Amino acid sequence: MDIHEYQAKEILSNYGVQILDGELANNTSEAIEAFNKLSSDICVVKAQVHSGARGKAGGIVLCKSDEEVKAASEKLFGTYLKTIQTGDEGKLIEKLYIESGCDIDREIYLAFVMDRASQRIVIVASAEGGMSIEELAIEKPDSIKKIEIDPVVGLTGFQARELSFALNLPKEALGKAVKLLMGCYKAMTNLDMNMLEINPLVLTKNNDLIALDAKVSFDDNALFKHPEIDSLNDNAQKDPREVAAKEHDLSYVGLDGDIGCIINGAGLAMASMDMIKYCGGEPANFLDIGGGASPERVGKAFELVLADKKVKAMLVNVYAGINRCDWIAEGLVQVIPKVDLKIPLIVRLSGTNVEEGIKIVKESGLPIILADTLKDAAQKAVDAAKQ
Amino acid sequence: MSVLLNKNTKVLVQGITGRIGNFHAEEMIAYGTNVVAGVTPGKGGTTHLGKPVFNTVKEAVDATGAEATIVFVPAAAAADGIMEAADAGIKYAVSITDGIPAHDMIKVKRYMLRYEKKDRMILTGPNCAGTITPGEAMIGIMPGHIYMPGEVGVIGRSGTLGYEAASQMKSEGIGISTSVGIGGDPINGSSHKDILELFNEDDKTKAVMIIGEIGGPQEAEAAEYVQKHMKKPVAAYIAGLTAPKGRRMGHAGAIVSGKGESAAEKVELLKEAGIHIIPNPSEMGSTMKEVINKNL
Repeated sequence: MDIHEYQAKEILSNYGVQILDGELANNTSEAIEAFNKLSSDICVVKAQVHSGARGKAGGIVLCKSDEEVKAASEKLFGTYLKTIQTGDEGKLIEKLYIESGCDIDREIYLAFVMDRASQRIVIVASAEGGMSIEELAIEKPDSIKKIEIDPVVGLTGFQARELSFALNLPKEALGKAVKLLMGCYKAMTNLDMNMLEINPLVLTKNNDLIALDAKVSFDDNALFKHPEIDSLNDNAQKDPREVAAKEHDLSYVGLDGDIGCIINGAGLAMASMDMIKYCGGEPANFLDIGGGASPERVGKAFELVLADKKVKAMLVNVYAGINRCDWIAEGLVQVIPKVDLKIPLIVRLSGTNVEEGIKIVKESGLPIILADTLKDAAQKAVDAAKQ
Repeated sequence: MSVLLNKNTKVLVQGITGRIGNFHAEEMIAYGTNVVAGVTPGKGGTTHLGKPVFNTVKEAVDATGAEATIVFVPAAAAADGIMEAADAGIKYAVSITDGIPAHDMIKVKRYMLRYEKKDRMILTGPNCAGTITPGEAMIGIMPGHIYMPGEVGVIGRSGTLGYEAASQMKSEGIGISTSVGIGGDPINGSSHKDILELFNEDDKTKAVMIIGEIGGPQEAEAAEYVQKHMKKPVAAYIAGLTAPKGRRMGHAGAIVSGKGESAAEKVELLKEAGIHIIPNPSEMGSTMKEVINKNL
């Protein structure tokens, strides 16, 4: 789960990370009021959306007067910010964060990530801040310093010092750097973060280290431990179809094609989408219906996929292991008359009780196109969508 | 021989009296798995499915000599269940549970390093369908009847896609020595490479199929191992060619977040390592057949 910059900063500040004064604004008058509260004659108006690269997209504006804050706020509120990470639809700006300006000496890149190679938390840092880690990896790979953390011992003082020296921090900032790194590690482990990125971390002329931006992502699987974090969720930043899917414990990702997919298992779902592409079509979505596909779940899955008006054909592909094909067929036969299906439906059933399942579909008299194999199913769906 | 599991392996079921544990323990026993006991804290001294139930894994191991375990424990307590097995001297554990917090799994992996390599438990999963040595035993939730005994080792992240592979191979007349699910989580017990090492040394396995997917470095690591050390032909399919960057495709680990994590990039690496690429998921059986005909 992602959160907003202002929320991430509040959390990190509780763990001893230094941040600038800032205020959240929900409308233009609050934005001006916020600016006046700050003891700074310049401020940065920052669009609060779940995305990086906001600056390049025009979501971060430096302002020097009430008029400038007003103009920036009016321009941003209620619009969709399109960054390289959001895709074409962009993300809705409902909140602005009004932050003091600061005297920057240097910018540093700092991130704590869950490293899948070492299967541990790794700090990734570079004295070359301001760029994304992808850009850094290409343009300044030698500047990237990595520190692997032993989960039992935690981040050690010497590791934090080693990193500070590698970042060429002045000795006056050393103690602050160690405190910052320790605080970040504690926040990450206490709150089950998947990722914590401060880019840029700035070194000021007074040798303070300040988190100018903060991006935090939490492990969805651990939210049950942290209800206070769960409450930071902002559904307005997500695809409404994905939000609806989550309510029914279905895993859904909207895509751009026209073949709707309902499949059991994440791997088989991805493979079925690949097969559609291989046969010359484009999938409209990823949907893993999971185990125990009851008629109710099948119904919800149909509703979700059919809400996408681009969908011209539907593919249901179920490999029953713990599931049974006859149960799934019963579910389909119950659900289809209710969803007012106007597009072709291709169904492929395999695994446990497949004969009984196919018999139920055939005897229902419903206009379901049955397929034998994965390829047959994908080809029939692609052909149907083209007609 | 086969890897990790055969008909004599003494298997424990942690959580045998729970609804899910009970259901799959029954299926495993029906398949022929040598289930020797169950563990449910607080139900020690009772009998379930005709097997003795113990309060702790240690007691169960002492009393029955259990060597392997399947952990049917809900996500919040699963990591603890796995560590209990490691501490009790279990050699092989399968974790089925989906949704274990990643930080918990980091601790589990670190905890297992307490033991010397010869005593260290092998863990596969979490978030997998388990492991089956067809015709002998299964520790998992898969439909056993779709697997034919044979000489191809299978390693896969996904459950149902593994079933698809097994049934395609069966219809081509190709059998499986052992099929191992390594699961779809970012922090997992064993990688593709860990299991490749076992198959490389297994007399019964003549060829290997890898079923990978987008996300993470484990397929690249497997490619490097195959290039340097593998004595047997390997075929691979990578799911997720159509998956967009930055979107999590169901599995917690199935997300393209960095360089080398997309399906196309993984396919390139595997190809360079001399691995036979399965071009699409309907050709898992036929590609494996070609590989066998050409090499064996």
